Order: sequence, then structure tokens, then C-alpha cells
Amino acid sequence: MADKQAQLEKLRQVIREHKDTPGPLMPVMQAAQNIFGYLPEDVQIEIAEGLGVTLSEVYGVATFYSQFTLEPKGEHVISVCMGTACYVKGAQAVLDKLADSLGIQPGGTTRDGKFTLLATRCLGACGLAPVLMVDDQVHGRVTPESVPAILAIYEG
Amino acid sequence: MSKMISLTIDGIKVEVEQGATVLDAARKANVRIPTLCFLEKINEIGACRMCVVETGARTLQAACVLPATQGMEVKTNTRRVRHARKTVLELILSNHDKKCLSCVRSQNCELQRLALELEVTNENAFAGERIEYMVDDVSPSIVRDNNKCILCRRCVSTCHKIQSVGVIGPVGRGFKTSIETPFKLPLSNTACIGCGQCIASCPVGALREKEESPMVWRMIHDPHKHVVVQTAPAVRAALGEEFGLLMGTNVTGKMVTALRRLGFDQVFDTDFAADLTIMEEAAELVNRIQNKGVLPMITSCSPGWVNYCETFYPEFIPNLSTCKSPHEMMGALIKSYYAEKTGIPTRNLAVVSVMPCTAKKIEADREQLSAMGVPDVDAVITTRELARMIKSNGIDFWNLPDEPFDSLMGESTGAAALFGATGGVMEAALRTAYEIITGETLETLEFDMVRGLEGVKEASISLGELNLRVAVAHGTDNAKKLLDSIKRGEKQYDFIEIMGCRGGCVDGGGQPFVSAEGRLRADPRKVRARALYRADAKMPLRKSHENPGVQRLYKEFLEKPNSRTAHHLLHTQYAPQKKYRHETGEGMAV
Repeated sequence: MADKQAQLEKLRQVIREHKDTPGPLMPVMQAAQNIFGYLPEDVQIEIAEGLGVTLSEVYGVATFYSQFTLEPKGEHVISVCMGTACYVKGAQAVLDKLADSLGIQPGGTTRDGKFTLLATRCLGACGLAPVLMVDDQVHGRVTPESVPAILAIYEG
Repeated sequence: MSKMISLTIDGIKVEVEQGATVLDAARKANVRIPTLCFLEKINEIGACRMCVVETGARTLQAACVLPATQGMEVKTNTRRVRHARKTVLELILSNHDKKCLSCVRSQNCELQRLALELEVTNENAFAGERIEYMVDDVSPSIVRDNNKCILCRRCVSTCHKIQSVGVIGPVGRGFKTSIETPFKLPLSNTACIGCGQCIASCPVGALREKEESPMVWRMIHDPHKHVVVQTAPAVRAALGEEFGLLMGTNVTGKMVTALRRLGFDQVFDTDFAADLTIMEEAAELVNRIQNKGVLPMITSCSPGWVNYCETFYPEFIPNLSTCKSPHEMMGALIKSYYAEKTGIPTRNLAVVSVMPCTAKKIEADREQLSAMGVPDVDAVITTRELARMIKSNGIDFWNLPDEPFDSLMGESTGAAALFGATGGVMEAALRTAYEIITGETLETLEFDMVRGLEGVKEASISLGELNLRVAVAHGTDNAKKLLDSIKRGEKQYDFIEIMGCRGGCVDGGGQPFVSAEGRLRADPRKVRARALYRADAKMPLRKSHENPGVQRLYKEFLEKPNSRTAHHLLHTQYAPQKKYRHETGEGMAV
């Protein structure tokens, strides 16, 4: 895949830039997450070899921070706020409805690669509780009943 | 001399050097502070909080990482400290399987000991969620059971820092953290070299050897099998510890008697094969020097090291001696020479090796180690497994009489005894090489420059006109340092000994456990090695080529070192191993 080769070249460039700086692992992994959208196994090996650290270390960091994902994210990322205000206003029912409609668990991605469903902490829009975000679009006062209409916007 | 600091521990005045920790100071004041994640110079991270003390600061502090300061008043046993330690331990226990009755570490488990010492009366004080983990027992060498893991990271530090292998590490976060391989693959799908140093560093039963003793019992109980057992040099220097004997007690005679009573048909000594290894290896070295072969030649006795070389330094494969390791040589001879002598068909013979090592279990599975069309060695058990077999058979080890090895391949010299300690193979080889090359008798047998626990030892030794540049490394991180210095062109050698474990086989991954605290009192690498050096000094014959059994073997069967038959039976070859052993899909790095 030519696309992947180009991405890989980009990663190698980043590795070269950071190799001799202190604490290069995090910035390189963040760059890799941006380039590939996730951290597949071969990318983690590339980072380990490129920086001369163990794969164990790379994998440990990748699984420690929630900013890194090991599986490709969907085209649209749905983040349901599970903060206190949203939770008491029924966010769990919204999350359940989404999981049910998409046929995935929170943290998962639909088989067609369209949606990734996430439960997140407070999004800071408590006045609109319960709130969810699709990519960078905020949807407020969501109910399980309004879920199909929201999904329809992005399904097209 | 660095600046001294004075402080008090529980009112006891003590002086320590600047930079010392409160734990160091307490030890000096003979105050015992409990530890769990602490492993001196290897894992000093203050993670488990077992060693907390009061210093007047707002919070309790971990003594293992707290620098001692002038005038500090440390209290190690206040009500607050005792309560905190006990609570922490109860929390650790809340996610532990607590199956002590069937655990191989029962009675030498550091967690179990602490629970008793801290007077934990309810092991379910915090009966919350418990995570159940799959046991990884795919590797022929090491079993990982995270249900018993307490996340102290001693194994992780050992694997990364001491061995430079680094195939396990913490994965995930918080309550869901566990020690895993990359991508949670079985250990056998990683670059693990099987050395078992992770097992030796584990305070609990989360890491253990893959047991082969059930298979050995089946062989013993099979009336059609003629089971031959052999024991490595380092086993006899440590086995006694499992029965309460002092570290450093040599129990050769009792061990042989116990093996007979377990039902083995023939008890041979791997020391015999160690002498033979020296004959083959010395001849190979002389041949490489005279015929401009690949130098430096590097020893190949340690399968942990051989795995490391094949995986991380494949460019040094041509440097590896082609000699099989001693127990594999012995196995091949049992299935050829011994079979011929006794008329027992090869298929009815079973060879069991008792080794201080877990990597030997992987080694025995190598396809190229089957000179007679069947594996040279059929089962490998560790020193610990042998001890468990002896215990389960009701043998009163303390009161056993001493018996000698069986004669055909039971004789050995002092040189062979040295194999168990770092520098020992080198010293044994030098004793023989000296006499081969110079044709003179070596008067002073001790080569002190290759003895001791320095990570990398080097020496220049004159053998007549030849000046032999030698080096010795033990622990694969030291091997890495040595090989890197050669690669950079900084160092040149003719002959190198490398052992996978620090201190050599005496502290191998299959040896009796010594707790982190026990290691502060007596270093098994020193004390056990001393037993081997003493054994060497007492032997009437101390040079491998003087072993009458080995001489007879060459006369009757092998002709001479590196002969065609010797090559077929006693030598092997190596191949690079992949560092990453899983499907990467597009296979880009690897």
C-alpha cells in the first residue's frame, strides 16, 4: 500500500528528529497516532527499533494512555459524556441505545469503519446534559429516542 | 571518602554515607524494615509501600527510596506505620488468588511470609473485584501466572536491566495493570531467552519453571524404559538449601544417593561431559587459531546466552563454538556409546538432565540436538524440581549416605566443577589449552583474573609464544556491553566465555530461591561458587585432559577431539532467531 509507505516515511522522519532528544518516546508515539490514526503492531515495532527501546516499553505506554489506540478509529467518533450531570440526566441510557443501534460496545468500532463509540469524562457542557459529541460537533439534551436522528446525519 | 550523615532509627544512632537510603541506614542499625518490591540495585522503585516509615513528614515515606539526611529521626514501627503496611498488604491480597496450598512457592514466598509477619488475620479483608488471568504455559521454559502477580516489577527490571532482553512490562493502567508481553502474546512468541532470571527475582509464584517432573515420573515408572540421569556442576552446590542445609554446602554424595532412590537406573555426572567439552572446545580453539578461523571464539555452554546471540547478535553466530553444551554431549553419548556398551536399544533409553537452568528446557527441544535420530536429552528438570521430587518421595535427605556416580561416565576433574561459576569454563579451557599448546605442565592452576563477579573480566595469557586475549561476561546485559565494544572495534579478543546468568550457573534460573532479603545476607553467586572452587581444589585431578574416563572414551569410541564421530555426536550449529515472532500483517519491520 503506497499510502502506508508514505505514512511510514513520515514516521521515520519524526523518529530521526527526536532520536537524540531527551524523552523521545511520547512525542514520537503521539506523532504516530496522528499519522496512522492508531498504533498498529508494526508501527510499534518500527518505533521500538527506531528509538532503540524495547517493544515492551512502547506497548506499555500505548496501553497506559487513553490518547493512544491500538485499533483504527471509525470515520466518526461518538463520545458520550459520562460526567456527573450527564449521568444523572440519563447518559447511560443514551450510551446503551447507541451501543445497541451500532452493535458495538463502548470503545469499539463498527465493522464498516463508520463509527467509534466512546464513553468520556465531563465535556464541560453540563447545561446541555446529557451531551454527546460526534467528532467536534456537540449534541445536547440527547435522549435515547433522538439517537437515530443523530446517527442519520453522519450515516449518509 | 564521601560525607557521613548521622541519623537515628527507632532511637538507635547510626552513621551512613551520603546518598544512602533510610533502608540502608536501618540495616546498619540492625533494624529490619519489611520490603517486597525492593531488589537491591535492580528494582528500587518504592512501589509496594511495604517499607514505609515515619520521619516527621506529613506522609509516610518509602524507606527504600528515601535518602537519609542529617539528624533525621526515623520511626519504623509506630501504630500508623504498622496499620499502613498491613492495609497495603491486605489490598495486595485482595487481587491475589491466595492458593497457597498448591503453590510451588509456598513456604518460600515473600508475600506469604509478610502476611504472617504483619499478622494479617483475614486474607479477604478487602473482598472486592478480582481479575482472573489466563495462565501462559506455552513456553517450554517459563510459566506466567498473573493470578499470583503483585505487580512489584522485579521481573521487569531483571529482564530489562540485567538481561537486556526486555520482553515483559506493565500493560494497561490502574487496577487493570498487568505484567505482559507486547501484544499479550505467549512468552514463546517473544525474544525471551528462557534464562528464568525473572523466576529467580519473583517474590511470589507468578513465575515458575514449566515442570517436566510429571514426565520424569512416568519414565521412571515405565518398566520398558532405562532412565539415565545426569546432574550439572552447579546443582550440587545449591540442592542442599532446599533441605535446610547452609548455602554453599556441597551435597554431591547425597544427591547421587537420592537419585538412585528415586528410581533412576543410572546416575551420570554432567561434569564428565564438561571435561569432554573442554577437550573438544580447546581443540576447536587451537584449530581456529592455527587455521585462521573465526575469532574470537565464544563458548556455547549456556543456552540462555546462545538464544540471546541468535536473537540479538546473529552476526556473532560464526564465533560461537560448535560444541554442544555438556549435558547435550552426555545425552548423545548415552544414546550411542552407552547404548553400544550395554546393548540397550536407543528407543528404550531415556535421558533426564538435572540443571540449574530453565533455558536448558528449550535447548533440549532443538531439532539439531538429536545425533542418533532421537533427542539427545528427553527431559530437563531444574534443581528445584529435583528437590520437590525428593520431598514427594519421602526421602530423608539429611540422613542419606554419600554414594559415587556410576562409573562409565561419572568420573570428573576439578576443571569440570568450575563450569558452574562465571569464568569457570575459561579457566578449565586454559588449563588444558596451556598444556596442549606449550607441551609443558601447568604449575599454578588458578587463573584468578577470570574469577569473581566483575561483569566483564579480561586478561591476556601467555601460552608459550602465543598471547591469548580472553574475556568473560555473565548476564546477557554484560554480554551486550562486551559484544558492542567488539563491534565498535574498541576491543579484540581470541577467546570469550559468556554465561546467560550473572554469576554463572550457580545462580541460574532453575536454582533454589533466595529471597531479596536473603541476597543481602549471602550472595548465592559468591557462596555457591566457593563450594565449586573448594571442590576443584580438593580433586586429585584438576585438568580435563587427565580425566581417565574421557581418555578411555576417546580411545574406545571417539578417536580424538574433533574427529568425525566427535563432530557428529558432540557438535551442533546455530541459526538466527527472529526478535519479533508474530504475524505483523504487512511484515515491515521485523
